[in-house]
Amino acid sequence: MATIQDKSINDIRIDYYPTHEHQGMKFRRGHALPFGAATVPNGVNFSISSSAATACTLVLFDRGADKPYAEIPFPEEFRVGDVYCMIVFDLDVERLEYGYRMDGPFAPELGHRFNKDIILSDPYARSLGGRDTWLAEPNWDDVYPYRSRLAFEDFDWENDHPLELPIEDLVIYEMHVRAFTRDPSAKVKNPGTFSAIKSKIKYLKDLGVNCIELMPIYEYDEWENSKPNPVTGEMLVNFWGYSTVNFFSPKAGYAATGKFGMQVDELKTVIKELHKNGIEVILDVVFNHTAEGDHRGHTISFRGIDNKTYYMLTPEGYYFNFSGTGNTLNCNNPVVRNMVLDCLRYWAADYHIDGFRFDLAAILGRAQDGSPLSNPPLLESLAYDPVLAKCKLIAEAWDAGGLYQVGSFPAYGRWAEWNGKYRDSVRKFLKGDEGQVGEMAQRIQGSPDLYFYRGPTASINFISCHDGFTLHDIFSYNEKHNEANGEDNNDGGNDNHSWNCGVEGETDDIEINFLRHKLIKNALSILLVSQGVPMLLMGDEMGRTKKGNNNTYCHDNELNWLDWTLLKKNPDLYTFAERIIKFRKAHPVLRSSTHFTHSDYVGSGYPDISFHGTKAWQMDWSAYNRSFAFMLCGDHAKRGIIKDDMIYVAMNMYWEGLSFELPQLSHDRKWHVFSNTDMPAGEDVSQLGREPLVQNQDHIIVGARSVVILVGK
Amino acid sequence: MSFSINSNVSDVAEVGKVATIHLTGELDSLSARLFQKEIEKIALESPKDLVLDMENLSFMASAGLRVLIFSKQKIGPSLNIYIVKPQEPIVDTLEKTGLLHSVTIVDSYPS
Repeated sequence: MATIQDKSINDIRIDYYPTHEHQGMKFRRGHALPFGAATVPNGVNFSISSSAATACTLVLFDRGADKPYAEIPFPEEFRVGDVYCMIVFDLDVERLEYGYRMDGPFAPELGHRFNKDIILSDPYARSLGGRDTWLAEPNWDDVYPYRSRLAFEDFDWENDHPLELPIEDLVIYEMHVRAFTRDPSAKVKNPGTFSAIKSKIKYLKDLGVNCIELMPIYEYDEWENSKPNPVTGEMLVNFWGYSTVNFFSPKAGYAATGKFGMQVDELKTVIKELHKNGIEVILDVVFNHTAEGDHRGHTISFRGIDNKTYYMLTPEGYYFNFSGTGNTLNCNNPVVRNMVLDCLRYWAADYHIDGFRFDLAAILGRAQDGSPLSNPPLLESLAYDPVLAKCKLIAEAWDAGGLYQVGSFPAYGRWAEWNGKYRDSVRKFLKGDEGQVGEMAQRIQGSPDLYFYRGPTASINFISCHDGFTLHDIFSYNEKHNEANGEDNNDGGNDNHSWNCGVEGETDDIEINFLRHKLIKNALSILLVSQGVPMLLMGDEMGRTKKGNNNTYCHDNELNWLDWTLLKKNPDLYTFAERIIKFRKAHPVLRSSTHFTHSDYVGSGYPDISFHGTKAWQMDWSAYNRSFAFMLCGDHAKRGIIKDDMIYVAMNMYWEGLSFELPQLSHDRKWHVFSNTDMPAGEDVSQLGREPLVQNQDHIIVGARSVVILVGK
Repeated sequence: MSFSINSNVSDVAEVGKVATIHLTGELDSLSARLFQKEIEKIALESPKDLVLDMENLSFMASAGLRVLIFSKQKIGPSLNIYIVKPQEPIVDTLEKTGLLHSVTIVDSYPS
């Protein structure tokens, strides 16, 4: 008996066959969802929405061709609401590049900027052609410079899965894909690429970081606003990448295989390999603005598709500029909100990304007229989304429009923040400012003054990040030195809270260099014993300098490239960083997910945390004081579930040494020295478990501008 | 350089069925379809080993990589894939896209 099983279901579905033909292209009515271009049997489904377009045309190119080989206007009956959709058959999906022409009014005062002469990128494109090789000169006359392409969601992930490490256990390493390995001293194949990260996984693992945070890897145009340096003539480019061209596409120029269009596979391969080595991947994502700039900028995609929907506009139809870069993405418009959500879900599900750090995230909480919302729907949607449920969500809780929400960012129990107040307090304390100990006591506890209800894990603690001085430069420069940026040193912040230790910039002075190393070790000590989530800036573990430049966004050179020879030049810094990271990972009492109670709730005889001065149990809170100590009771680790050692940290930022009376230990425990930053290299930090006994168990000398960490065991 | 492909399946003692495919020229998105058809044909014989002679293959696009993954999925995870004498750029591509550990590179088969 002939049964229906003799025939594949593929053969009897009528929607797998064309109904229309135009210029030899065969097509039929498509599916409104998903947006973007998706392969379907025998063809590709194209779907794009615009609230105000009057007509839409699909434009098809063969890869790299000057002119399109076909243009198919969407028949009116193919429109569903505001969505244009059609399935086109028999396309070579590997070579296909596609775009759209949108017709509609050009009426800026009404928010519309349609121009059907421009071929537009698909906001949902999964990969983009046109900037395939880093800084390869593009064809400036290209009729379609940023070309939407397909990507295939069939990567062989084997058993990979996002790691889902508890956020309090993370040690984050903020890095830039190209800067990490571009310098010849990295000695890798394909320097500056995704692929080259694989060669340095062992380094990251040995250092002990278990999460890398990648500065933007969404497709951006390094040529944007490029110009020769007025002084040196060297080309200044968009190196950092905080200017998105497409939110769904990885930057092709970061892939060694970008010229073959394999960036998607290459990036996924690196993520899979990092996961195998226990390292999570967080992406720095820029949803506050796009690369289209203000009314004078290029029309690439959003402006020509649905300007009024995608951007926050003034009543006159100009662009609000809360990002400081020309435009502001209209994140709390429901259409844009869904795009952001679709995008993050895609990265979480298809790239196995472990978390996201949102650049200028305060913008995501602004209403369509720019005013701050008390209950921003986008932030709420992200916090409760099932696909993103295990992803870390980290906000840079301020914007360039003056909204500063550190401590008050709408968190929904999910969001963590870059704690800008941690950075500022610790820097001021480290350089010896008065009046800091009160705030420092909060910062080392995970800033309960800011995150009382959210817990210490809301606080991403950092002292340096891509923006601003490196840790080395904080203690080598009083002022920024941004002349190389070509803006007469007017760009970049002036609130660096830095101290040059007596000489501006590099010096041969042995004492000053010793002091600088000591201050770096002080910073690493405090960062790694603070409750919350520590974040290191790439290279700070080896004394990386940007020569006093605190805004190196435009340099594809040594100002950004990590110089790996520093490992040989500053081995003491690397050793210190590596050991203090191990120390943190070995001691759960340093990684609490809840705030301290300042009481003894396990009957150990000690409160979970106690503060001390030069006299034990007596903290000097006065404004002129520059030193204090705290002790963590290991019996309270993880709310008393795990037994850990006692840990005592004494910080003296006074310019003379001080004797600290030590709290007495119970149960035959003795104090041992894990680290003392006042000691010369080799004696400054112990190997884990080999901490020498403190000779005098009653007192220790904490040298001038030094941090001492003791373990009671 | 134009692409050509031919294949055969033979019985090898102590192994079972071995499929051998000779690939010559450039494996781009169009030729990948031919490669895939060949794999589909071979899959009907359920070989234990798949031997890809790439000595004279100078380029492989992502479509070609996908066919490699497809072979495993179509024939089964127990399939051993041997690549004979691949040129350096091909090895490079396999490495960067993470496929290198799914295949065995050999100078000849049987080695």
